[in-house]
Parts: sequence; C-alpha cells; structure tokens
Amino acid sequence: MSTAPLRLVTIQDHGVRIPSPSTLPAIESEAQLHGLLASLSGVDAVGVEARAAKLATRSIKKSTKLAAINLAISMVDLTTLEGADTPGRVASLCTKAMHPDPRDSSVPSVAAVCVYPDLVAHARKVLGTSSVAVASVATAFPSGRASLNVKLLDVREALSAGADEIDMVIDRGAFLSGRIGQVFEEIVAVKESCGNAHLKVILETGELVTYDNVRRASWIAMLAGADFIKTSTGKVAVSATTPVALVMLEAVRDFAETTGRVVGVKVAGGIRSTKDAIRYLVLVNETVGAAWLSPTLFRFGASSLLNDLLMQRLKQQRGAYVRADEFSGD
Amino acid sequence: MTERKLANSQLGSLEYDPAPESAAVARLAPSYGLFIDGAFTDPSAHVQFASINPANEETVATVAQASAADVDRAVASARRAYESVWSKTTGAERAKYLFRIARIIQERARELAVVETLDNGKPIRESRDVDIPLAAAHFFYYAGWADKLDHAGFGASPRSLGVAGQIIPWNFPLLMAAWKLAPALAAGNTCVLKPAETTSLSALILAEILQQAELPDGVVNIVTGDGSTGAALVEHPDVDKIAFTGSTEVGRLIQRSVGSSAKHLTLELGGKGANIVFDDAPIDEMIEGVIDGIFFNQGHVCCAGSRLLVQETVADEVLRRLVRRVEQLRVGDPMDKNTDVGAINSAAQLARIEELSAYGEREGATRYTSSCVLPEKGYWFAPTIFADVAQSHRIARDEIFGPVLSVLTFRTPDEAVAKANNTNYGLACGVWSEKGSRALWVAQRLRAGVIWANTYNRFDPTSPFGGMRESGFGREGGRHGLEAYLDV
Repeated sequence: MSTAPLRLVTIQDHGVRIPSPSTLPAIESEAQLHGLLASLSGVDAVGVEARAAKLATRSIKKSTKLAAINLAISMVDLTTLEGADTPGRVASLCTKAMHPDPRDSSVPSVAAVCVYPDLVAHARKVLGTSSVAVASVATAFPSGRASLNVKLLDVREALSAGADEIDMVIDRGAFLSGRIGQVFEEIVAVKESCGNAHLKVILETGELVTYDNVRRASWIAMLAGADFIKTSTGKVAVSATTPVALVMLEAVRDFAETTGRVVGVKVAGGIRSTKDAIRYLVLVNETVGAAWLSPTLFRFGASSLLNDLLMQRLKQQRGAYVRADEFSGD
Repeated sequence: MTERKLANSQLGSLEYDPAPESAAVARLAPSYGLFIDGAFTDPSAHVQFASINPANEETVATVAQASAADVDRAVASARRAYESVWSKTTGAERAKYLFRIARIIQERARELAVVETLDNGKPIRESRDVDIPLAAAHFFYYAGWADKLDHAGFGASPRSLGVAGQIIPWNFPLLMAAWKLAPALAAGNTCVLKPAETTSLSALILAEILQQAELPDGVVNIVTGDGSTGAALVEHPDVDKIAFTGSTEVGRLIQRSVGSSAKHLTLELGGKGANIVFDDAPIDEMIEGVIDGIFFNQGHVCCAGSRLLVQETVADEVLRRLVRRVEQLRVGDPMDKNTDVGAINSAAQLARIEELSAYGEREGATRYTSSCVLPEKGYWFAPTIFADVAQSHRIARDEIFGPVLSVLTFRTPDEAVAKANNTNYGLACGVWSEKGSRALWVAQRLRAGVIWANTYNRFDPTSPFGGMRESGFGREGGRHGLEAYLDV
C-alpha cells in the first residue's frame, strides 16, 4: 500500500486557560458549598505520590539551577515564629531579608518577613519602604482556637501595626467535623478585615490528613477569597510535602480555569534545602506553568532555607562550597 | 466568555539545561561474539552486524550473527550443562547463583542503564528507574523460589523441562531477559537466549555478569542474530521448551513450527489494551496514568493502554487535559535525565507507526500531535492522540506499538466492556473509577490477562503477567511463572 504523507496537526493551546472576566460563584448556603465540594474529583493517593516522586527526579543543572536559586530566594517568606522572638532578632532578620548576602548586591531580596503580630511594628520600622513585605500570622495562630471576634481583632492589630500580608489559619476542628460553612465564613470575614492586605489561608494539611481533604479545603479557601493557599503552620508533626503541594497546585489551576481568579500557593514547614526548594519549583513549572514562578504567586515559608540557597548559589558561581558560617544565622 | 492567558502559562515552559548521563559509563567493547559454554566465541561464519543507537543512527557496537551451526553449538552446550551440572544442583545452590546475579546487576546498574538507553533509545530515566531495578528484582524474586519448588503448588518435587530456548523482544531488552532466565534457572533448566536483533548489547553485558557470578559454563548461552537465528532455535530438535515474547505474527509462525513437536511453548504477544475512564475517575491521576499507559517507553509496550475508552460525559474535559499534557512531554535525547519520550527503536518500526497513523487521518479521526521539535538524526515520532476514533478504524484495531493513543467514547458500563473486549487481543486493560464496586464489576467482564485499577503499566516480579487469545498464553512472574518451566 502507499503511505500518504503525514499532515502534521500540532497542538496550539496548551496553557492554563483563564476565563475573563472572573466569575466567582456566590456561596449562599452550607448545602451549596457541600454540593460544590462533592463535585470535585477525588484524589488517588498512590497516583499523586507517584507523580510527585517522578517529578522529584528532574535534574536541574547549570544556569537553570542558578536561575532557580535566585527565584527561590525571591520567594522566601523569611520566618521567625518562636515564643522567644525579640525585637532585636526580628530587626536582624529584616536586614537579612533586604540584603540576604550583604557582599553581593545581585542577590535578590526575599519576598517578605513573617512574624507574630506583636512584632510587626518592629519589622515595619526596619523594612521601611523596601520591597520586602511584612507578613503576620494571625487568627489565633497556630491552633486557630479562638472566637471569630478574637481572630478579627488579631488581624486588625497586625494590620494597624503595618502588616502587608496576613497568614491566617483555618478552623480544622470545624472542617473535620463537617462545619464547612463556618470555615468559609471565617475566611470571608478575615478577608473583609484585610482590605488591601494579601490574605494567605493556612490549611494545616498535616491535620487534614487525606488528599481529598486538602483539595476540598483549598477550594473552600479560594471560594472565600484567599489570595494564597498555604500548606502548614510549621507547628505540627507533618508540614509541607510535595504530593500535598501538587494537589494544591492542581486546585489553583482548576480554580483559575473555572472562575478566572488566580490564586497563589505557599509551602511552609520543613523546607530546608535548595534541593527541596527546586523540587517545588519543578512541581509549579509542570503543574500550573511558569506564570506561577513568581513571588506574587508562589512562596516558601522558611527560615534556614535561605542560608542553604545562598550557599548553593556561591557553589554554582565558585565551583566549591563555602563554610556555613559565611552567612549570618538570623 | 473571552479568555486571557497569563504570560508563560504553558506547562513546563521553564527551560531546563541539558542534564546528560555520560555515555562513557557504558564501557562497551567495539564488537561482541556469541556467549556459548561460558565464553565469548566467534560466530562460525564470522559475520558481524551493527547495533545502532536509534537516537542518532550511530553504531554502538557490532554483534555476531549466529548461524544454525552456532545455535546447534549453543543448544549442545546447554544440554551438556543440564545433564552434567544444573539438573543435579540443589535448589539452594541455584538460588545462590541467582542472588549473585541480582546483586551484580544492582552493582552495575548505572552501566546497564546507559547501555540500554544507547542501544534501545528509551529515556535514561526509564532504564535507570524501571528496567534495571525490575530486572534485578526478578532475579531476587526467583532466587527465593529455587529451593521451595515443592511448595509452589505443582506437587512434590516438580521436574524441570531441560533446555529452554528463549526469544525476547527489543522493547525491554534486559528486563525481558530477566523475565525469561530467572524462572527458568530457578526451576532447574538451562537456557539458550536469543535477544532481539536491534538490542543485543545489554544481554551481552549480562553474559559478563553471569561469568562474574561464576554461573557454571553452558547453563546460559546467548546467541545474537536476526530472525533466522530465532528460527534455528525454535526448530532445533534438542530444545525442550520455547518461550517467546514478541509480535503476534511471529508468534503464529512459532506455534505452527512447534505444534508438530513435543516442545513446551509459552507465547507473550501483542496487545491493544483498553484504558476505561469513568466520569468519577480521580482526574489528575487518571490523566497521568493514561499518559504513562501509552507514552511510557515510546509506546513500545505490548500491554500499552493504546485505546482510551472515556465516558461521554467527561470526554471533552479529558481530551483537553490529555492534549495539554501531551504537549508538555519532553521529547528528545534519551540520555538526558529530563527526557520523557525517547527515540523509536528502529527505522522499520518508525515506518509502521507512520503508516498506521496515516490510516487514522484517512479514516477520519482527529489528530493532535505534539509540537515538540524532533532531532534531525535518528528515528523519531512526536507523541500523538487521535480523537473521534471509531471501533472500525485500523488505529482502534491494529497494534501500533508506538506513541499513538486512540480515543473512543462510551455511555454505559456495558458498552465500555463490549468495546474493550472487541479486539483480537487480550493482554491488559485499565479501569479508572473512584467506585470500587464498579471497577470490580468491569474487571470481571474484561477478557485480558492483566487488569489494572486506577493505575497502569505497574509491574512487579510477584505478580503474574500474560495474555489470552491473540496475546498468547502462559504466565511470567509470580508463582505462576514457574509453571512455564516445570513439567507439570
């Protein structure tokens, strides 16, 4: 037989398709919210873990690695959330946030400094009008166990002290017992209090346990107006994992395609090495696309990660490792 | 509704710098002889042929063309080893060698992965993470059976068959060698292995490993060559068992040839696996599974999920996501650690894929082809999806054995089962649904040797694998895999 020459039909549009204008569905009842969540596809745990593990084998070298390190530095929410925090430690952290490596001005500053509400004013004073934002945890962080009034007061105090971004926690007790209307309404109320400040909603995925719960909680937060959804407080045993981040990135992608609203993702807790950070960037690149590879849509909540990024950056430039003590602790 | 696009919203649009594995790791000799009676020997006719790297058409090494006389020498060597050594060794002693082989495969894993990728064209990520570890796992697994044959369910002291002639395909060269050799040796047989013409090299490295493991001479003999070598092995009167993995066409010829003799026979042939997607499937994991089901190893997989049967209610959404995902596959240099889809194994196979794909268009299916840039040298085919495929189309019936997916739709579970079973083959199927009862209901009605639920292309040495109807008979892997090499 004769073989006809192949007509090559190539795929043109393969990005994330975002409808415009955005059409956020109005949620009027808990039953409606339940129905919406029930319509979401389930997550197969074996499959999602296999996909995350496969993407972890991507080999990021040379100029890609240097670019990824710089990008990761610019995405760090440099965090200190200890009972023993002092104004001095926060001031030191803010200096480091603006100039992560004081000897090298080509190192980008980090995205934000993340502190408890009572230290927001100190951070604000040091950061002034720099590009580094002040993020504050609020809403009875980390447990979220307080009345809505207390939570809103917490938010307002952080904002009046100068916070640009609020990292709130959801009420996991309410979520796990099925009172999702309450979870939704709290986020709506906090979002209203936030005004122009950016709202990151912490799902505390380690307490939600299943990937199905992570997907549902992500949608509740996005429907309620979250600007970012965030994995963890860093205060429970299980923090960010790559499969959880993958599920949240899929949620963000599907939400953008359904409603036209683009939401960011923050992974937090236990991310200490450059290798970990790059794995997350690969997940972002291959799940939602390079548009999310920006501090406006992806963040790392971390403290010790920054020094490892700086060390690996120098390693890429010099070809040899420097001592850890080359970089300041705070 | 208008749509806006975020700049760079394309998936995977971040450039990754090349991350090539080193070809020098392979340490290949320029030419290889035949492995007979524990040593490499020249073929009687002194004919060598080139083994080509399909990614750049360069010669990787030359291998020997074994004649009928060479096959006769190999069979005689296997017979001698069977009578004088191997049939007299205890199971525990045979296990010792199998464990050694498994360990050495692990120790030389990186080298074997590089050889496999250079010779076959598959991505280094797959040879490194799938082929080589699974090959070692098969030797480990059957090592464990060697001294427990009394308890394998085939009666007390089941007897080995004698000399096994084993002919393997080019899609998983070392892994298929392991599937054939490990159970045969554990059961007490000696072997003459014939690798595929285009992918002999990893089997020859395995020959070195057998020497390193001090396997007694002649227990395994490896004869390289084309179809005539395989035919000489099949027709050899002193072979007790033929095990063949390859095309249904060749399988038929072998069955005809063996039919008139007393030889035992197992055949693992082609397939046209159906992946059935219900509207309650876990969509993200299903998309990955369907992609992996057809584009893993460039679709050179006998159990590939080459037909996608998707429930009508979600067909548009599934197709849209599949097309997006296909565009994201990284096609190119198989030695790059980030490559997802490598080279087509040979010019002949590429021609077949192109021919069948042309039928798809002519018969009216809608074609989506990745816009990836293909290298100029070598054998390449861009990942392709055909939508609007009908049951009667050739691309829904013939095994393409390449990176080409045919998408069909169904409305009811009955229709899904009927369409999935409407094929001459019966090797593998997949079912995707979050509802366990539905997955089981469908699985019970599918006529295929392997049914995967919410996953695809998952292999494990403990699990039997094999087909029905024109996909062959006999099982490999698991306890069942021993039966093919025991007189039961």
